[in-house]
Amino acid sequence: MAKGLNLSSNSSLKPDFRLSSPKTWFRTAIAIDSTTTLSRRHIYILPTRFGWLFGVLLIGLLTGSINYSISLGFAITFLLAGLGLITMLYTWRNLANLKIEAKRATPVFAGEQAIFELNVIDESNRARYSIFAMFADQEPDIQDVPALGESKFRLSLSSQKRGWLKAPRITFSTEFPVSLFHVWAYAETENQCLIYPNPSLRSQILPSADSDGATGQLLTTQGDDDFAGHRNYQFGDSPKRVDWKASSREQGLLVKQFQGEASSTLWLDFNATTGNNIELRISQLTRWVVDADAQHLKYGLRLPQLSIQPSSGDTHYHQCLTALALM
Amino acid sequence: MFNRTGVNVMASQTGTQTHISMHAIIWLLLSLSITFTLYAFNLENWVPACFIVFAIWRYLIEKNNWLYPSLWLRLPLTLAGGLAVLLTYGSLFGRDASVGLLAVMISMKLLETRTKRDFIVMVVLSYFLTVNILLFTQAIWVFLAVLLALTGLTACLISVSHQNKKIIPSPQIWKVQAKLAAKLLLQATPIMLVLFVLFPRIPGPIWGIPQDSYSGMTGLSDSMEPGNISQLSLSSKIAFRVEFKSAIPANNQLYWRGPVLWHQEGRRWQMTSDSIPLPIETLETSGVATDYTITLEPHNRNWLLMLDLPEIAASALPAEARIKHDMQVLSKEPIRTRIRYQGHSYLHYKLGAQLSERERTLALQLIEDENPKTRQLAAKWVSEKKSPTAIVEAALKMFREQEFIYTLAPPRLGKEPVDDFLFNTKRGFCEHYASSFVYLMRAAGVPARIVTGYQGGEINPNGNYLIIRQSDAHAWAEIWLQGNGWVRIDPTSAVSPDRIEMGIGAALPDSNLLPLLSRQDYPMLKHLYMNWDAVNNGWNQWVLGYDQAKQLALLKKLINKDIAWEDIGLLLVVTMIALMLFVSYLLLSNKGIALSPTNRIYQQFLKKLAKAGVPKLRHEGAINFGHRAAKALPNQAIEILEISALYSSMQYAKHQASSEKTNKETLSILKQLVKNLKIK
Repeated sequence: MAKGLNLSSNSSLKPDFRLSSPKTWFRTAIAIDSTTTLSRRHIYILPTRFGWLFGVLLIGLLTGSINYSISLGFAITFLLAGLGLITMLYTWRNLANLKIEAKRATPVFAGEQAIFELNVIDESNRARYSIFAMFADQEPDIQDVPALGESKFRLSLSSQKRGWLKAPRITFSTEFPVSLFHVWAYAETENQCLIYPNPSLRSQILPSADSDGATGQLLTTQGDDDFAGHRNYQFGDSPKRVDWKASSREQGLLVKQFQGEASSTLWLDFNATTGNNIELRISQLTRWVVDADAQHLKYGLRLPQLSIQPSSGDTHYHQCLTALALM
Repeated sequence: MFNRTGVNVMASQTGTQTHISMHAIIWLLLSLSITFTLYAFNLENWVPACFIVFAIWRYLIEKNNWLYPSLWLRLPLTLAGGLAVLLTYGSLFGRDASVGLLAVMISMKLLETRTKRDFIVMVVLSYFLTVNILLFTQAIWVFLAVLLALTGLTACLISVSHQNKKIIPSPQIWKVQAKLAAKLLLQATPIMLVLFVLFPRIPGPIWGIPQDSYSGMTGLSDSMEPGNISQLSLSSKIAFRVEFKSAIPANNQLYWRGPVLWHQEGRRWQMTSDSIPLPIETLETSGVATDYTITLEPHNRNWLLMLDLPEIAASALPAEARIKHDMQVLSKEPIRTRIRYQGHSYLHYKLGAQLSERERTLALQLIEDENPKTRQLAAKWVSEKKSPTAIVEAALKMFREQEFIYTLAPPRLGKEPVDDFLFNTKRGFCEHYASSFVYLMRAAGVPARIVTGYQGGEINPNGNYLIIRQSDAHAWAEIWLQGNGWVRIDPTSAVSPDRIEMGIGAALPDSNLLPLLSRQDYPMLKHLYMNWDAVNNGWNQWVLGYDQAKQLALLKKLINKDIAWEDIGLLLVVTMIALMLFVSYLLLSNKGIALSPTNRIYQQFLKKLAKAGVPKLRHEGAINFGHRAAKALPNQAIEILEISALYSSMQYAKHQASSEKTNKETLSILKQLVKNLKIK
């Protein structure tokens, strides 16, 4: 509880709800420097429903053996009981002492699936089989981990809001080799994925030369005659610009690209957007950034607290989106 | 194949269905095949046939991507299966019927076994079905087959539990699965042994046992008709085994006493009824007693066979055994498990010095107006004023001198069976001779009775004990003579002396119907069999016969102290905890698979380089790392590159068929190189 009173930045980010929800009563392996190990203290084990069924089988066999005085029946019953106990240990050690390394998650636009990558490493020189990793209520990723090797797990989570999406607690589990026991452990990697704002889809807001203000101008025309080639479809592209004909020939969706005036410089200004809803305005700015980048324009971003000098290229593009995401 | 894999990837991505590999199906079908092969000896033939049909069907569904049968097909099939069991066994309960029903339902359930859940439930049911074979038989080879089936089922569990989203398992993965299954069961064996020895053996039964549970047991019956014993003689099943404390008596002295038959009715001879008990016949013994221990196979009757003639007071019999007036020993309950008891018998004795009126009446009883020719012959002997001894002699002389033949396949007898046998067919087995002889005696006024049991036995030189089979079943006569009491007369010996002197195998031509092992023409086979039977005997004594009494005796021997039955529980708990701690230590603390010698040397090399500030990265291959390290440490570049190249070639060579010798040489070169590598 002392931890809860501690007002360091770390614990204030993470409210202490350990007593409120039973799901948080379990020990969790918490990552330091994005790395953690599922040590003995973090491993939990319970029989699966098949484990209980197996138990019922054993009781049935034992009473049968007693009733009919079948000595070999005792032997087989005890052999199966031994099998149960041995597999309990096998299942436990299939998960214990795995090292978890969280990888940087690639930013995505809000609404897309955020992919968290994890390296799961065996350091005990023992191959691990059928390791499940999942966020609560999400589809698990299932992999084997070679002895002294590693496997890359990809866990996806749907993103809704812009900003940092923290990876929730990850449940690692396994039932190998015989599915009679369920062994699990929780890990928190403190990994986070940056979620860019969702680019607005409303095309009528696209600024043009004749729209208001000297600063909020997109100086290119959208004329079809300036066709400059194709690029791959990106999330947020208008379906109107997809070249269906070309897409059918090639792999994946292709979008028509139009050449603007190379020298034109563009300021995308928060004040140029309209409306009362800040999120919608951010969304609008995001759309402009995506479009400007798609057209290889030189553009700058002006936000209430921050402005980014006009430039172009990938680094600049991501810088702008990051600024929008964290605004 | 490609098509299927594609479908499976889709399925696992959408998460609607967990993919089950072909291996799981093959494991399940193979294991069940073993189980059903065992059942083929014990259940109606259509049950295993039903399994074969559904197993092949299920296999084809998987192989050719056929559709699973719909509910409208499965439901009538299931009902038909249940009905077939009901019609075959007359009920759905009882041992045979319920096991049959389970077997049929498991066969049909194959058709709806598709998800991981289905498979696991199926495996658990199959474990149950497989163990149930022990209700029918507990022979060593059955036990081994059951172990094999359990290993296969465990491999099936491993196969369905091995889920993986990325890698499509290699076709060789079944080897890994089989190895792991065998390993799991092997590691479970110590736990089994401790539990087997120490788990308190509660004597059963807890509840009623189905009537038909022991229907398969064979042995002597409480009545005899011509044909009964010759039928029994076709069976090579073991009736009991005997260990003698002293020398084994001669074969012609080995009469194992079973039911004594007094009452004649047509062809049928029966025991005396127990309603008005007769006093036990007096017994005077002479000579040295023979002490022996009998291990009796279950036969679902009360007889405890003893060597003629037992002294009950000095024999260690099972509790509540009793003796009838005619010296046959009976247990209280039918013998349904193998039991052991000790006997104390005298080969020379005088039984029943006096014959009461009631006994005389019983010993002369005959149904009137049957077998006139036989009665005529007897009347002739009586009219000749022959003494009882002379009458016996006359009868035996008739058997000896006329063309009587000892055979396992006698012709059927007519309406007057004794007449027909004595004057017409003259071919018969021991029961024909014994019953017609007793009939003759009674007709001539000599008190007589039939004794059934076993005669002879086979010495197993490997264990120095005697094996008595059902084929040694025999019937002889006892007549009562003034002054001598009941005297054993074996009319069979008059016809076929070899039967009594040397056993049934010598008495009948080899081409006859006798079981293979009772014959004389395969000495090699017999020798092998004797070894095998010695193993079997130990198995029976120590595994199958391990009960509460044995358990207490063994524990007493082990800890050299009397132990109360209740304390076994405590001993069990303590031992199990100790064992589990030990097993957990072994399984959980070790660092996985030991490194190969090549890898061990390479690890030393890596340690040296890491010390010098060039650690190997996890992703780096040996060659790439070698290049980087060589750049970082130019003074040792040549050595580093050579070691890296050698190591990676050796790793590669593991998959090549390179000779043992070359491998050893390269290894020593690598060792030397790493040893000499000095980084300053």
